[in-house]
Amino acid sequence: MEKKSKLSIFTNGLIKENPILVLVLGTCPTLALSTAAMNGIYMGLALTFVLTCSNIFISALKRIIPDSVRIPCFITVIATFVTIVQLVIKAYMPELDGILGVYIPLIVVNCIILGRAEMFASKNTIVDSAIDGLGMGIGYMIALTFMGCVRELIGAGTVFGMAVTVNFLTPFSIATLPPGGFFVFGCIIALMNKLTKGKVREKQENKCMGCPGSSFCSKSQEGGCDQ
Amino acid sequence: MKAALFLVFTAIITNNYVLVQFLGICPFLGVSKKLNSAMGMSVAVTIVMVIATAVTWPIQTYLLDPNDIGYMQTLVFILVIAALVQLIEIVLKKFIPSLHKALGVYLPLITTNCAVLGVCVLNITNEFTYGQALLNSFGAGIGFMLAMFLFAGVRSRIETNDYPEAFKGVAGTLVAASIVSLSFLGFSGLVSGLFGM
Repeated sequence: MEKKSKLSIFTNGLIKENPILVLVLGTCPTLALSTAAMNGIYMGLALTFVLTCSNIFISALKRIIPDSVRIPCFITVIATFVTIVQLVIKAYMPELDGILGVYIPLIVVNCIILGRAEMFASKNTIVDSAIDGLGMGIGYMIALTFMGCVRELIGAGTVFGMAVTVNFLTPFSIATLPPGGFFVFGCIIALMNKLTKGKVREKQENKCMGCPGSSFCSKSQEGGCDQ
Repeated sequence: MKAALFLVFTAIITNNYVLVQFLGICPFLGVSKKLNSAMGMSVAVTIVMVIATAVTWPIQTYLLDPNDIGYMQTLVFILVIAALVQLIEIVLKKFIPSLHKALGVYLPLITTNCAVLGVCVLNITNEFTYGQALLNSFGAGIGFMLAMFLFAGVRSRIETNDYPEAFKGVAGTLVAASIVSLSFLGFSGLVSGLFGM
């Protein structure tokens, strides 16, 4: 791999390989938690913390972890940081625990984190891995918050809890329900396709890219499970 | 009996793990292109979900809770699921090779399927008894299968249709999923009405 500047590693996660908008990774919490803009910030912070810390640790341990058991090792490291986040949220922000609920423990199986551990942290230096984790995490936070803004605006007429259109427009509450999540997400990706003239779609063509198992799945070399 | 059926149908329809609770979206979008692979994936997920619940529930109740280490839940559960998936794969390979051939591809992917970990964690958070937890996991698996089955049908139709260039690929799939999800929204109230609960 050619040497990349620190800045390009950081912006890679923000724009070029944005985990939500370009790679379409970690869709479960994206769809479930984007009902309000504020959720995006909270979830984004939790994910950024776990991603950065696990990237640092995995990068530091990359020479010690045997190749054949690397996936369980990665999962153990990730689960440790997720437990830390879980305990901190339970202790200091109990109401947030109610909102994020099961999606906090589910950060463990979030494709973004395992994917970055496998693709980046296990091959790069500690500093680069930390920057990559930060960039990916912040990219995730921005995309999730943006999607939350759209859904909150349409579904409740507010953004970050402040009234915008609610006083003169009846909110379409469907946008905050599950079908609205799929629909808004689909439209945002279509918009990305339009803006980048299909470049985003080319990246999504590789089906296994969005799959957390792509690195250890025999089918990924043959072009995906669908083939 | 009525309560048991109520629990199963709630998990299948009104609380569908994929379309209503958003768990397991990755395989839902990724492996739903062909009906065969969609069914293979769902059968494997259902089996793993039930076995994982059968193992994780006693671990939480008899091992973690009495020793006051409930906070180890996430770490223990994911490792147990990973080990279980490996074990199921080895057992299938040895004793039922035909089934292993059909489901083997999907098994390694299930470790990181959030629906499996999600159902194990939710069984504990909802304070289900052992029986209820098993029924809920079974319902969740069948619900996953139903969603995959319906969506594979929908997808095979939209593939051949002509729709805006920008929506081709993932975007169109998501919009189609939105419509399938809408139909599940229409079922809310059905189950409680059916069983009078």
